[in-house]
Amino acid sequence: MSKKYRVLIGKPGLDGHDRGAKVIAQALRDHGFEVIYTGIRRSPAEIAAAAVQEDVDAVGLSSLSGAHLRLFPAVVEELAKAGADDIVVVGGGVIPEDDIATLKEAGVREIFTPGATLEDVVNAFQGVCEKK
Amino acid sequence: MTEHPSYTSWTEKELAASLSRFPERYKTFYHHGGAEIPRLSVPTSIGQDYDEKIGFPGRYPFTRGVQPTMYRGRLWTMRQYAGFSTAAESNKRYRYLLDHGTTGLSVAFDLPTQIGYDSDHAMALGEVGKVGVAIDSLADMEILFEGIPLDKVSTSMTINSPAMVLFAMYVVVAQKQGVATEKIKGTIQNDILKEYVARGTYIFPPRPSLRLITDIFRWCGKNTPLFNTISISGYHIREAGSTAVQEVAFTLANGVTYVKTALEAGLELDHFARRLAFFFNASSDLLEEVAKFRAARRLWARIMKDLGANKPASWMLRFHTQTAGNTLTAQQIDNNIVRVTLQALSAVLGGTQSLHTNSRDEALSLPTEESVRTALRTQQVIAYETGVANTVDPLAGSYFIEELTDRIESEAVELMAKIDQAGGVVACIEDGFIQRQIEHSAYAYQREIESGERIIVGVNKFQVEEESRPPLLRVSPEVEAEQVDRLQQLKASRNNDQVDQCLSSLRSAAQNDGELMEPVLACVREYATLGEICDVLRQVFGEYRDRQ
Repeated sequence: MSKKYRVLIGKPGLDGHDRGAKVIAQALRDHGFEVIYTGIRRSPAEIAAAAVQEDVDAVGLSSLSGAHLRLFPAVVEELAKAGADDIVVVGGGVIPEDDIATLKEAGVREIFTPGATLEDVVNAFQGVCEKK
Repeated sequence: MTEHPSYTSWTEKELAASLSRFPERYKTFYHHGGAEIPRLSVPTSIGQDYDEKIGFPGRYPFTRGVQPTMYRGRLWTMRQYAGFSTAAESNKRYRYLLDHGTTGLSVAFDLPTQIGYDSDHAMALGEVGKVGVAIDSLADMEILFEGIPLDKVSTSMTINSPAMVLFAMYVVVAQKQGVATEKIKGTIQNDILKEYVARGTYIFPPRPSLRLITDIFRWCGKNTPLFNTISISGYHIREAGSTAVQEVAFTLANGVTYVKTALEAGLELDHFARRLAFFFNASSDLLEEVAKFRAARRLWARIMKDLGANKPASWMLRFHTQTAGNTLTAQQIDNNIVRVTLQALSAVLGGTQSLHTNSRDEALSLPTEESVRTALRTQQVIAYETGVANTVDPLAGSYFIEELTDRIESEAVELMAKIDQAGGVVACIEDGFIQRQIEHSAYAYQREIESGERIIVGVNKFQVEEESRPPLLRVSPEVEAEQVDRLQQLKASRNNDQVDQCLSSLRSAAQNDGELMEPVLACVREYATLGEICDVLRQVFGEYRDRQ
C-alpha cells in the first residue's frame, strides 16, 4: 500500500482483557499500519482525544466485559463532538449478535466477534481507511 | 514392592495419620465385577530417584498430590465462579448452585467493584453489574449472603486491589450472622502482581499494594486461621496468552515475591505459608496440563524448603483450577462442553483442590442458568462416573508424563532465574519484560491458528453454517440506575459524621505506616462505601498507570 495508515486501538471502560487488542495491534503493524495502543481503562473522551491528537484514520475498540453498548457509541459521540467524525470506528469483543445492528446504527462501522481471523480484521481496517 | 522402606514409612506416617483423621469415601474401591482399585500404584523397585522426584502423595516434594489419599478421601471442591447484576440477583444464583450440589461459593464482582469505584463513578459507565455483582457497601454484602450460613459454606472472592475492603465486609457479615470470625473459610484472590501483567484491575502502585497484602497476611494469621489469604494466580497469565511454562514461572515468581515481602515485614514463614493458595488454568493440551500441575507442586515445595520453611503444610502448593476461557468458541458452542470436560479432567488428573468448569456459552456472554448446570454436571460426571477419583495420581510413572513434568519444572526454573537476574518481579513488571513475553506467546498462538497449523474445531476447520442462536443471559441496563439509587439512599441514611471520622483514622494509619485492616473494618461497619475507602488510599498511595 502506498499511504501508511494510522490506527488507534483503544480499550474503553474498565475491562482489562487486552490479549485481543494487542494481537490486532501487532497484526496491523505487520501489515504496514502505524498503530497506537491506548492501554487499558480509558474513558471514551480520552480515546477520542488521543485519536484526534494522533491524527489517525481509524479507531479500533475492544471490550469483553459487556459494556460495548454504552461505550462504543460514546466514543463515536466524543469524536463527533471534537469535529472528528471522519475518523472511522470499528469494534470487537464478546458481543452478542443481537447487538451488532444497534452498534452499527450508532455509527460503529464494523464489529468483530470471537473467531474472526486476523486477515478479516486487517482487511476491514484497510478497507475503511482507503474509503475515507 | 510394598517392602521398600520409604513406602513403609509413608504408610505408617502420612497415610495412617490421614486415614485416622479423614476416612476414605468407601471401605474399598472396585471396578464393575469386583476387582479392587489400588489406592496408590508404585514401581516394583523404588530408588532414590523416585523418592526425590516423584515420591508419595502428601509427602515432600508432593509431585503426586498434597493429600495421601487425594480424592478417595474427599472429592475436590466444585466451586463455580458466579455473580452478576445486583446482590439480590446473585444471591439467588448462589442458592441455585448450592441446591444443585456445588460445594463452595465463588464470588465474581463487577469491574467497578474490582477497581474500587462506586457504581456512580464516571468510569463505571456501562460496567455496573456486568461481569459480576456490584458491591458498594456493607449493605450490598449483607444482601449477597442473606440466608447463606458463613460457618458452613466456604467462599472464594475474586478481588485484588481492594481485597482488604471486601474481605472486611465479609468478616462483618459473618459477625452479624453470629459466626465466630475464626470459623470463616474461603479464599481472597488478593494477588496484585498478576493484575499488572494480565488482568488489569490494579489501583495503587506495586509497593503500597504489597503492603496491603502483607497486612492481610498478618491480620488473618491472628484472626481467621482457616481463610486463604491469597490465591496466587497463573490463570489470567495463561488467558492473556502465556505458555504453560510461563504460567508456572511467572506465578511462582510472584509467590516468592509475596513471601519475601512478608518476611521483610517480620512475619514468620511457617505461620503464614500454609494459607497461601494458588490458582491455575486448565487448557486444552491435556497431558501437558497434567504435567504442569505436578511440576508446579514439586517446584513450589523445593522453593519453600530453600526459603527456610520447616513444616510440610508450608511446602504444599494447594490450588484451584478453572478451565481455559480463551479456548471457548462462539461457533458450534456445544463443542465447548467437550473442551471443558477434557480440561477439567486434566485438572483432576493433576490433583486440583477445587475446580470451576466454564459454561458452553461464555464466548457469547455470561452463562445462562442451564449452561451453568451442565458445567457443574461435567464435574459431577468426572467425580462419580469415570473412576479417576478412585486412585491417586494415576498418570505417575508414565515415561511421557514424568519427562514432561521434569521439562516444565526445569524451564520454569530457568525463566525464574532470568527474572531474578533482571531485578525481580516488580522491576520486570515496570520495564515490561513479563508483559512482552506473554504478548509474544499470544501472537505466536494466533498466527498458528491463522496459518492452519493449529486446528480449532468449528473455527478454522469443520465449520458449519450456524442455525440457531442460543438464548443468552443479559444484564438489564436498569441495574446501573438501581444501584446508584441504592447508593444515594445509603448515603442519606447512615451516620455521616461517624463515616468521616473512620475515614480520617484510616487516612492517618495509611500515612503513618500503621496496620490497615482494623481501620478498614471500622469504616465498613459504618457503611462507608468501597469508593470512599479506596479514595482515601488513592490519595495516600497514588494510582498506577500502565506503560502505554
